[in-house]
Amino acid sequence: MNAAKVRQKLAFGVLGIVTLAVIVPIVLTILYVITNGISAVSWEFVSQAPRNGMRAGGILPAIIGTVVLVIGTLLFSLPLGVLSAIYLVEYARDTWFTRLMKLSVVNLSGIPSIVYGLFGFTLFVVFLHLGTSILAGCLTLAIMSLPVIITATKEALEAVPASYREISLSLGATHWQTVRHCVLPYAIPGILTGTVLSLSRAAGETAPILFTVAAFYLPRLPRSVFDQVMALPYHLYVISTQVPNMPLAISFATGLVLIALVFLMNLVSIVLRAHFRKRQQW
Amino acid sequence: MVRSAAIQTLDLTCYYGQVQALKAVNLEISRSEIFGIIGPANSGKTTFLRALNRLNGLSPSYRQTGDILLDGRDLRGLDDSELRRKVGIIFALPQVLPISLFENIAYGPKVHGVKDKTRLQEIVETSLKKAHLWDEVKDRLHSPATRLSGGQQQRLCMARTLAVEPEVILYDEPCSGLDPISTAKVEDTMRQLKDTYTQILVTNNTKQAARVSERCGFFLMGEVVEVSDTVTMFTNPKEKRTDDYISGRFG
Repeated sequence: MNAAKVRQKLAFGVLGIVTLAVIVPIVLTILYVITNGISAVSWEFVSQAPRNGMRAGGILPAIIGTVVLVIGTLLFSLPLGVLSAIYLVEYARDTWFTRLMKLSVVNLSGIPSIVYGLFGFTLFVVFLHLGTSILAGCLTLAIMSLPVIITATKEALEAVPASYREISLSLGATHWQTVRHCVLPYAIPGILTGTVLSLSRAAGETAPILFTVAAFYLPRLPRSVFDQVMALPYHLYVISTQVPNMPLAISFATGLVLIALVFLMNLVSIVLRAHFRKRQQW
Repeated sequence: MVRSAAIQTLDLTCYYGQVQALKAVNLEISRSEIFGIIGPANSGKTTFLRALNRLNGLSPSYRQTGDILLDGRDLRGLDDSELRRKVGIIFALPQVLPISLFENIAYGPKVHGVKDKTRLQEIVETSLKKAHLWDEVKDRLHSPATRLSGGQQQRLCMARTLAVEPEVILYDEPCSGLDPISTAKVEDTMRQLKDTYTQILVTNNTKQAARVSERCGFFLMGEVVEVSDTVTMFTNPKEKRTDDYISGRFG
């Protein structure tokens, strides 16, 4: 074996070990949560409100709360994010101002979530008088999700070959027709990936909902968008730190349900992606 | 036969940033002729072609002075969509969209407002027939266009351009990626279309220009060196530079 081949083996070996080092902790964490929490998961656990100072009963209000927050966040952030990304990529001229905008969008995704929480609290809860409510929480989470959705959409649009645009324009299509029929359809899988990624984060965040929507203990389902709700991540924080003599299995079971929820969202996006890919023909 | 000018350029000058790609080009191209444009790389052939349907404008640094007349009317009076419908283009590499053959051809008519299914089917069929592709693909109109061979894809692109009923068709080195048999088919198709359309063929292959075009322009470094009918250009060129290029002494 010559030196080049040895080096190649070495390089692939290192890459493989690094990949393992990343995957193993993730798998172990999930296994740990499952083994510790599975005993407390039952039909009652996911279908009933908590009882006995949250030490018994279920977590239904928190599940519903998180689902409602995720859907509300999606409703605000997806149209806003996708449309502004289309503007930035397809229409905005390349000036110092648009470059600054693009740079800010990227940097916004690095802002700590508690800062978004504070911002949402001052703007939506206090200034706009929305109160601690689902609406305020969704808007805050939506603002937090926007940078990721915009960045993902931007990259998905830029990845569509320039030749598609030229074909469409050369046939006399308008700029908008070109974007609508010749660019956007091929960017949808990438947009979906980014959206689900950001929504998964929104589902799991505690800080942005802390001051804007989350209820410490509210064992009923929300009636309007101005209600507070319990949410899984905040509930998990509460029962892990604020409730004495809490059975550990219940905390882990709550975490398990949250992971399952995020996994379900990813599953939906995989199905949707497959559906959209099938419409393009290679 | 006296032919009226389909396209006329007056002192057409083009820049990309600081680089001057065309220098005061004055050309007249007659209705329903095949006009060949030859010249070495970077001679401004493609810039000239793409100026005619304003595709150059897609690069932000592009600027242009001078006039282009289409049927005697200033091009500036037409918006991009109208202009590109009248002046279609075939690109160097076959550029098909990753959708079915049918959808590729129906795309143009659809963006111009044709919704009726049977009308679309008629357009697809007549366009494919004009491009001499119908017999080869009529049983698989709904299969992916990307599965066709390169030569078939290029004729699909011709059908797609024909589907919006242009007056002028521009060809930007249409056979540069094709084998000789596919090339012959594309050239045949061009000859068949001769009476109905004004066609402008940019090519790196001087022999192709000799085979297909009736008149020819020789471009060199952004200038038109010589324009004459093709036979004259290839047998008895006026300019030494033309002679040198055609006989392969440079370029």
